[in-house]
Amino acid sequence: MTHISPSSRRGFLKASAALGAFTLAIQAPFIEEAAGQTAPAAAAIPPEVNAWVVVKADDTVVIRIARSEMGQGTLTGLAQLVAEELDCDWAKVTTEYPTPTDNLRRNRVWGDMSTGGSRGIRASHDYVRRGGAAAKIMLVQAAAEAWKVPAAELTVNKGTISHAKTNRRTTYGKVAVAAAAITPPAAASITLKDPKDWKIAGKPLPRLDTRDKVNGKQVYGADLKLPGMLNAAIKDCPVFGGKVRSFNAAAAMAKPGVKKVVQVGESAIAVVADTWWQAKTGLDAVEILWDEGPNARIQQADIDAMVAEGLTATQAFIGNKAGDMAGAMAKAASKVEATYSFPFQNHATMEPMNATAVWTAEKCEVWCPTQNGDAALAAAAAASGHRAQQCEVHKIHLGGGFGRRGWHDYVTQAVQIAKQMPGVPVKLLWSREEDMLHGRFHPITQCKLTAGLDADGKLEALHIRISGQSIVAGIAPNLLENGLDSRVFQGLAQGGNEFTFGYGVPNLLVDHAMRNPHVPPGFWRGVNLNQNAVYIECFIDEVARAAGKDALEFRRALLAGAPKQLAVLNAVADKGGWGKPAPAGHHRGLAAIMGYGSYVAACAEVSVSRAGEVKVHKITAATDPGHAVNPQQIAAQVEGSFVYGLGAAFYQECTVKDGRMEQENFDTYQALRMDEMPAVESIVMPSGGFWGGVGEPTIAVAAPAVLNAIFAATGKRVRRLPLRHTDLKH
Amino acid sequence: MTKLHVNGRVHDVQVDPDTPLLWVIREQLGMTGTKYGCGIAQCGACTVQIDGQAVRSCALPVSAVTPTQKITTIEGLSANSAHPLQQAWVALDVPQCGYCQSGMLMAAATLLASNPKPTEAEIRENITNICRCGTYNRVIAGIKRAADATARRG
Repeated sequence: MTHISPSSRRGFLKASAALGAFTLAIQAPFIEEAAGQTAPAAAAIPPEVNAWVVVKADDTVVIRIARSEMGQGTLTGLAQLVAEELDCDWAKVTTEYPTPTDNLRRNRVWGDMSTGGSRGIRASHDYVRRGGAAAKIMLVQAAAEAWKVPAAELTVNKGTISHAKTNRRTTYGKVAVAAAAITPPAAASITLKDPKDWKIAGKPLPRLDTRDKVNGKQVYGADLKLPGMLNAAIKDCPVFGGKVRSFNAAAAMAKPGVKKVVQVGESAIAVVADTWWQAKTGLDAVEILWDEGPNARIQQADIDAMVAEGLTATQAFIGNKAGDMAGAMAKAASKVEATYSFPFQNHATMEPMNATAVWTAEKCEVWCPTQNGDAALAAAAAASGHRAQQCEVHKIHLGGGFGRRGWHDYVTQAVQIAKQMPGVPVKLLWSREEDMLHGRFHPITQCKLTAGLDADGKLEALHIRISGQSIVAGIAPNLLENGLDSRVFQGLAQGGNEFTFGYGVPNLLVDHAMRNPHVPPGFWRGVNLNQNAVYIECFIDEVARAAGKDALEFRRALLAGAPKQLAVLNAVADKGGWGKPAPAGHHRGLAAIMGYGSYVAACAEVSVSRAGEVKVHKITAATDPGHAVNPQQIAAQVEGSFVYGLGAAFYQECTVKDGRMEQENFDTYQALRMDEMPAVESIVMPSGGFWGGVGEPTIAVAAPAVLNAIFAATGKRVRRLPLRHTDLKH
Repeated sequence: MTKLHVNGRVHDVQVDPDTPLLWVIREQLGMTGTKYGCGIAQCGACTVQIDGQAVRSCALPVSAVTPTQKITTIEGLSANSAHPLQQAWVALDVPQCGYCQSGMLMAAATLLASNPKPTEAEIRENITNICRCGTYNRVIAGIKRAADATARRG
């Protein structure tokens, strides 16, 4: 079987740019181009105090947000951090996005724009707070100079500057113009507030972006209107790696409103019309003959077999190692072994992929929802044939991201279409079917776990063999480390401060046999932590039972060296009622893991009818993110992550038939709905001293906690996801 | 030429009669609060009211709507976001990305119009819209809050 990687076939945008998106190191696509340029002087009206803070004459404070808001609340959280150090009036705060091209022009003054890996706050809290603090120093200095008094004698409260000795007051708005001209303080001279003194950050403040979301006014990419704009619908070859052989546009051109039928790259056809519905109707009428290529012979069973082969392969990359696993396993008094599997899944953001572009010989402008403005700009530049400085990307609010919008195939396509209609703005919107067929899918993996116990039931040896797809190999093979993708070990990793394996096992081997099918992989909320948490946390449950021990006590004994992971586990056990009688027919399950720098745990309470219908009644969840910037938004992220994670665990699977995905819409790719939503009690327990993410970590503990509770209820172990494959009649 | 009664106004629209109501609302009338999510009446992002009933407009041809039927979109739910549901949504910070919330609100408004004090079980059974961000528990709390506020006002 030949597997051809679409990333090499299609020449998607440069991987280094796309990769800023998730758990990978920060990428700076244009750093060389930008080097040596000098930043332009601060804009005169309204005065920009510094890159992060603009203060208007009416005391409105505009805080610049480099990361993308896609529902996760980062816009509000980052603004809270800047406002905290700025000591401005929170009621007068608004926000704006700088454009990626501004970032390029100004030597990347806003740093990394990519928004993923739960990094929005944890990777930028330091410099955005310094931005707020520096602006405050400049504003105070401006007042001090005007009054000819020492700055140290001034105090600030909610944007009002006071000098007690002379009983004078002014506001940020009145001194902002003068402040903008002051030399910024050296970063090293700034002392940030101790989080225990926070008044704006750390508080459960309402989001800044709610009001327009309740009346239809919020403009998403799909809603954009520009003068003279046309609309495009697109169909890419459904078989990954396939191409357009030929097409006949005659019938489509005869449809009302259709302006043009164009080939897009090697593999897609788009119809441009007055309205999107006309474009879609026209597209349905285009006769397309595909060259589906060799991938059209690949079936799901082929992929499953390829991945299964890796479970016993002799060659594998080692991700975590302690003691002598093989030796200890040979001496074990008893062994437990199990194999799990995790499918391809689509992000299925509520708003399908879209981008609007206008191209001329001199310039290219793009409006798009993106999780990574820098990478969107790189994609626009590459597709336009222009230099990045000739391009402009305007970030539009996202109707969901979950990792999908860190990959900009839709921007590339929009520019490729616009380039064939110079000067005309064209909005490309994917149908749901196109979105389902051309995702960047959650990687497919299987895992074989073997545990060796001593005569007392103590875990002496553990082998975790993961086999399957590497996201990095699919997106940016140049970033593999001698062929190894260390990100496949998320949650099982040795050391580090993001994904550390918490259990102390004296003889341990975690390894990965990379098996890459032709399906394009991507970062999907939670990424590799999702399947790894299912693998280890369900298997630990199996081992505890084999050892005749309580699942909580068994984990506690293994977590002696991971006190923060132990603390979140204890919190959910305590609040979730572990060890106490449950309501009749209810059963509980536990899971805990470290991911994205945070420690998370869940205790699920489940009942399963005799016929096998599962009801998740409640999940008690704990998160220790180090510092909590907005606790009510963390609670929202925890609840939301459970919906995303449980929908995946219960229903979601994309399967390959004849080289393409079979599921095309929500009828065959079910999401969790309200009637299935459990009550969620969210415990936010920041212990200080570190900064962890909150958008993703808890998604990983939802499924294993529920699956362990299902075992408690039925005696049936779900090892193949989604769980609809397992008959739970009991 | 078709006449459509939307948010208290009669609009003349020139459109292929097979065009789904959703796309007429979005593209001919220019009201983009109503969203496209699936095109097959699965997700509910396109929910509007027709004569007070919740309808998934993505799968309803505009020719199936008569000029006298009264269509309400999210833009017509209230003036100045004054509907108790909209106020509850703001008070509880219900939306995350917000894309599904227009449809969610129209479905919830339809429920409250016929059942001013729904039980939680009735809410769960009645609102079948998909939210991928996972706002369901706050949606439930928002509907209860709006119902309580309306009852207090009497």
